[in-house]
Amino acid sequence: MDFNFTEEQSMLRDTVASFLQDKYDFETRRKIVASEAGWRPDYWKAFAEELGILGAPFSEELGGLGGGAVENMIVMEEFGKALVVEPYLGTVVIGGGFLKHSGYAGAADLIGKIIGGEAILAFAYAEPQARYTWQDLKTTAKKDGSGWTLNGHKAVVVGAPWATHLVVTARTGGGQRDTQGVSVFLVDKNAKGVVTRDYPTVDGLRASEVFFENVSLPADALIGQEGAGLPLVQKVIDEATAAIGAEAVGVLRKLHEGTLDYAKQRKQFGAAIASFQVLQHRMVDMFINVEQSVSMTYMANIKLDESDDERAKAVSAAKVQIGRACKFVGQNAIQIHGGMGMTDELAIGHYFKRATMIEGLFGSVDHHLRRYEALSIDKAA
Amino acid sequence: MNLDFSPEDIAFRDEVRAFIAENYPAGLRERQEEGEEMAKEDFLSWHRVLAKKGWVNPAWPSQYGGPGWSATQRYIWSEECARADTVPILPFGINMVGPVIYTFGTPEQKAKFLPPTLSGDIWWCQGYSEPGAGSDLAGLSTKAERITGDDGKEYYLVNGQKTWTTLAQHADWIFCLVRTDPAAKKQEGISFLLIDMKTPGITVRPIITLGGEHEVNEVWLENVKVPVENRIYEENKGWTCAKFLLAHERSGIAGVARSKRGIERIRAMASTELADGGEALLKDPFFKRKVAELEIDLTALEFTELRTLASESAGKGPGPESSVLKIKGTEIQQRITELALEAAGHYGAPYFRGFPTDGDNAHPIGPDYAHRTAPTYFNVRKTSIYGGSNEIQRNIIAKMVLGL
Repeated sequence: MDFNFTEEQSMLRDTVASFLQDKYDFETRRKIVASEAGWRPDYWKAFAEELGILGAPFSEELGGLGGGAVENMIVMEEFGKALVVEPYLGTVVIGGGFLKHSGYAGAADLIGKIIGGEAILAFAYAEPQARYTWQDLKTTAKKDGSGWTLNGHKAVVVGAPWATHLVVTARTGGGQRDTQGVSVFLVDKNAKGVVTRDYPTVDGLRASEVFFENVSLPADALIGQEGAGLPLVQKVIDEATAAIGAEAVGVLRKLHEGTLDYAKQRKQFGAAIASFQVLQHRMVDMFINVEQSVSMTYMANIKLDESDDERAKAVSAAKVQIGRACKFVGQNAIQIHGGMGMTDELAIGHYFKRATMIEGLFGSVDHHLRRYEALSIDKAA
Repeated sequence: MNLDFSPEDIAFRDEVRAFIAENYPAGLRERQEEGEEMAKEDFLSWHRVLAKKGWVNPAWPSQYGGPGWSATQRYIWSEECARADTVPILPFGINMVGPVIYTFGTPEQKAKFLPPTLSGDIWWCQGYSEPGAGSDLAGLSTKAERITGDDGKEYYLVNGQKTWTTLAQHADWIFCLVRTDPAAKKQEGISFLLIDMKTPGITVRPIITLGGEHEVNEVWLENVKVPVENRIYEENKGWTCAKFLLAHERSGIAGVARSKRGIERIRAMASTELADGGEALLKDPFFKRKVAELEIDLTALEFTELRTLASESAGKGPGPESSVLKIKGTEIQQRITELALEAAGHYGAPYFRGFPTDGDNAHPIGPDYAHRTAPTYFNVRKTSIYGGSNEIQRNIIAKMVLGL
C-alpha cells in the first residue's frame, strides 16, 4: 500500500502548475472564454510540445510518458485549479481511453497525433431522450457495404467545436435500450453529413448539438467489437468520472481557499467574519468535504484497473461523495462571500459554476448511489 | 500510488488471523458481537494474551516494546481484530498515558510505568474532565499544592473532583490534570500527575448512563498525597502533555475496521428482518439507500485515514487533521447504531439487563441481535461528546488547520 507520488509524478504536477500559474490566471481565462474560438490552440501546442503532458497516460512505445490514471489525475486536478477549458478530458482521457482499451487498429497512429497535439477528440455519447443510461441510443449505424451509414442526434458534445474527431456511440443492433447492439465509432468531424450547432456552456466551455445525416463511415471507423461496445463505454466513462473527480478536487480546493481568504479580510460588526464560530464550523465542514473528496479520488483512480464490478463500485462511491461536495462547498462558498459571491467579477462564482456542472457530469449523485447499491447490496442480497 | 499488499503483508495477515483464531476465546467473541457489557477480566484476558505476544501496542516505537509494524501492518491488524470481534484494547494505558510517558517521562518513570502498562498489571483511568471543565478543559480547578510530608519528602496535596471517568471502578492508577499555579493563565498553570488509586482520600462513585451501564464515574480527591516524582514533564507544563495525548487519542478514534464490521452486522440483520412489503428490509429502497450512503462515507473515511497514516509514517506525528477522523468516525459509528436499532423494529424495545429471570427458553424474546441495539444506540451518543466534542474538534481544525 502506498499513497505517495513518484518523483516523475511530482515533476509532472510542478510542470503543469507552473505553466498555469504563469499563463492561466483568472483574467486570462476570462479572455479565453470570451474569445471567438473559446480556447487557446497555442496553449494546446504548448501542452504537446513544451510540457509533453498530452502523452502523460500513454506508454513510452507510443511516445507517451508511460503513466496512467494517476497521471491523468494529477493533470486534471491542476486544470481544475485554473479552470482550464482546453479539452484534455475529451482528447486524452476519453479519446485516449477508447484507443488504448479497444485494440483499435489505428490506435498507435492516432495516439501519436493526440500526443503531438494534432488530433482533438470529443465524446458524443449523450442523446436528448437519454439520461445516464449509456445504451439508450437512437443514433444508428447501418451496415452499408464494408462500412456503415450513421444517423442521429447527439446532445451537448463538449469540446466538439474544437474537435478533429468525434467518438460516437451508436446502435448497430437491438432495441433502443438494449445492452447488446452498442458500437463505438471514430468519426472525422469534417465528414459529409456531420452538422453541428455550436454554443457556449454555463461553465465556460464550448459544446455542440451534433446531427449525423447519412454519414458514410469506412469499415475501420469501428472501435472495439461490433454490437458489444457497452462494457468498453462503461469502462471509459468510469475513467472519465475518476478524472473529473480530480478536476473537482482542484476546483473544490480553490473554492475553499478562496472562501477562507475572503472571510479573513471581510469585516462586519467590527470584526473579520472569519472570527464568527458559525462560519468557522461551516468552513471546517467544507474542509472535511474537500479532504474526503481527495481520498475518494485517490481510491477511484487506484481501482480503475480492478474487475468491472469493483471499478464501477469504486467510481460510483467516489462520484457520490464528490457530487455532494461540489454542491455543499460550492453553495457555501457563495454564501460566505455574500453579495460579492453573486458577482461575475470574482473568480469564486466561476469555480462554483464548474463544480455544479461536474456534479451532474457522467451521472448525478442519485444515479451513482443507485449504481453503487445495485453492485454492493443487490448483488450480495 | 497503489493499494497492493506485498507478499510479506499477506503473510503477516495470515499470521495474525491464525493467531487470533487460535487464541481468542469464543465466548468473548459472541458477547462482543452482541454488544454485551464486558467485565474487567474480559478486557484483561485478551490484553494479557496480546501483551505476551508483544502485539498489544502496535503504534509504540520498538524501543519501548512496540512490535515495529508498518502503517500497512497496523491497518491489517485492526481489520483482523474487527473481523474476529475481539474485545478492544482499552485506550487509557496503551493509546493515552503510555505515549505521554515514553515521550515526556524520565528514565525512572518509563522503567516504573511502561512495563506494567503493557502487561495489563496497571489499569489506567483518565482524570481530565471536571464538573466545571468539559469542553473548556483548561478551566479545570482540581488543586495540587506542594507540601513537605512528615517523611521529609516532597508531595502534591490534591483536592478536587474528576468526572466521566471511564471504568475508574477497575482502575489501579489515574492520570490527572491538576492546577499547580492558580495565578497563571489557565493553560499555563496545569501539571500532569500519575496517582495511585489506593492512595487515601480517593472516592469513586458510579454514574449510570442511558443504556443502563456502569461505565463512567465521579472521582473525588480529598487531601490526596502524591509524590512529586509522579509528575510527568515540568510543573505547569501539563497542558503540553494534555494536547499531545488528545491528538493521539483522536488518531485511533476513527474506528474504521469496527465500523465495517458494524455495517456487515446491519446487512445481516436487514437480510433477516422484513420490510413492510414482506421483502427483506435490505431490499427496501429507503433502508438500502441509508446503508449504501453509510458504506460510501465509511470508504471516504477509510481512505482519509490511510492518507493520514501514510503522512505519519513519512515522519509526521498525528496532527490536528486527526480531528477530521474523530468527527467523521464518530458520526459514522452513531449512524450504524441508529440503523441497527431501526432494523431491529419491535424488538429494539425489550430491556435485557439481568434477563431472563424466569428461565423460560421455550418462549424466546426476539432475535439475539436485537437485544442490545437500543442500549448501544443510547451509549454511542457519547462518541460525539467525549475526547473533545465534535464542536471542539471543529474549533481545533478552524484554528490549527485553517488559520481562522
